[in-house]
Amino acid sequence: MWALFLRDLRLSMRAGGGALIGVLFFLAVVAVIPFGVGPDLKLLSLIGPAILWIGALLAALLGLDRLFQHDREDGSLDIMLMQETPMFLTVLVKCLAHWAGTGLPLIIASPVLGLLMNIKGVAMLAVAATLLVGTPAITFIGAVGAAVSVALPRGGVLVSVLVLPLAVPVLIFGVSAVYGAVEDPAPFTPPFLILCAITLFFSVLGPLAASAALRASAD
Amino acid sequence: MRLLAENISVARGGQIFFSGISFSLSSGEALVVSGPNGVGKSTLLRVLAGLLPDAQGAVTLEGGPYETVAEASHYLGHHNGMKPELTVSENLDFWQKFMINEANAQDHRVLSVPDAVAAVGLEGVAHLPFGYLSAGQKRRIAMARLMTSFRPVWILDEPTAALDLASRHMFADLVEDQLEAGGMVIAATHQPLGFEKAQNLVLMPDEDARLSHEDPFADPEAG
Repeated sequence: MWALFLRDLRLSMRAGGGALIGVLFFLAVVAVIPFGVGPDLKLLSLIGPAILWIGALLAALLGLDRLFQHDREDGSLDIMLMQETPMFLTVLVKCLAHWAGTGLPLIIASPVLGLLMNIKGVAMLAVAATLLVGTPAITFIGAVGAAVSVALPRGGVLVSVLVLPLAVPVLIFGVSAVYGAVEDPAPFTPPFLILCAITLFFSVLGPLAASAALRASAD
Repeated sequence: MRLLAENISVARGGQIFFSGISFSLSSGEALVVSGPNGVGKSTLLRVLAGLLPDAQGAVTLEGGPYETVAEASHYLGHHNGMKPELTVSENLDFWQKFMINEANAQDHRVLSVPDAVAAVGLEGVAHLPFGYLSAGQKRRIAMARLMTSFRPVWILDEPTAALDLASRHMFADLVEDQLEAGGMVIAATHQPLGFEKAQNLVLMPDEDARLSHEDPFADPEAG
């Protein structure tokens, strides 16, 4: 299983992998906002955490269709389906590798992009922390969409559309936890813990549903 | 060990591909599946490999530690299952670590990655990205995967399509070794594979499949 994790991580780092594309897309989304909104520093730092979260969500959705499609096209998926190892575990490891390859770089990039949005220390820390616990949920939810659309050519847009409604709670609780950390009456811990719960819940349901969809789509 | 296929039928989109296929294969035996294009050879192999969940009939493996035929099998389909971005040895190394399990880690039939690459006669290319290889070389590396972990059943879909004559002989030797070690080989093909003793299953459209011990590729005049 460790071998599968390393292989997928290596693939996302190599030329044509998803790691750099996601970060560049994130940069593009966040960098144009100040130009559109104008140089009002107060307004920017007010909407900044939400913009960072939206950017990270869209960037995370961008590479999801690659999760199983390449493995299906080159026949690797057939071999994985045949193994004694439960498919649930294989999908879980693939999701973790995908997150480490595309989600983690977004979190590392987020403090730098926070500078563009005039986000201060505590809020920046809160954005990074909520992204750290929230983005795995997007990958797990996305795995279901990727598995359902694996047989379709150019299923990328379909995956985003399928996954977006389910990913909205992640966005809501992520952003409200960040505002809880900055603004006084709003609490930080409850939305943060709900975010953790969403991630844990989908870390079980996502791979289960995705492996069932992959089995059914083998033809 | 014995592989039993009973009454396999596949219908897709309301059309019956084939029905009522039964055969049994013992350790050390090979089955060559032949027939015209589109008759369902690949589909039959995918049923045997457990990759078509909605097929009718039963495929069982008797007398082994394996629960299903799928986990006892190596499947080499039309695709090679290798990543063009990774080098040949990275690809094989991954499959070895992914597929090997406690039951056969110590098996003497398992070759290390360099030995498996040498067994298909491609020592010089192990450090190259898989995508740089020619079609025939890719196929041979995909065959090297079969030797980096042990499975008693090999399911091969047109294994020799891109191979030159020398490589076909090399492939026949690999299959011979697998059969001598007590394994089984099921191959779909349009070309004679050069297996010495093999059952032949000929699929024909609109007819029942027939199982014979005659070689459909044998030269009629020579007989």
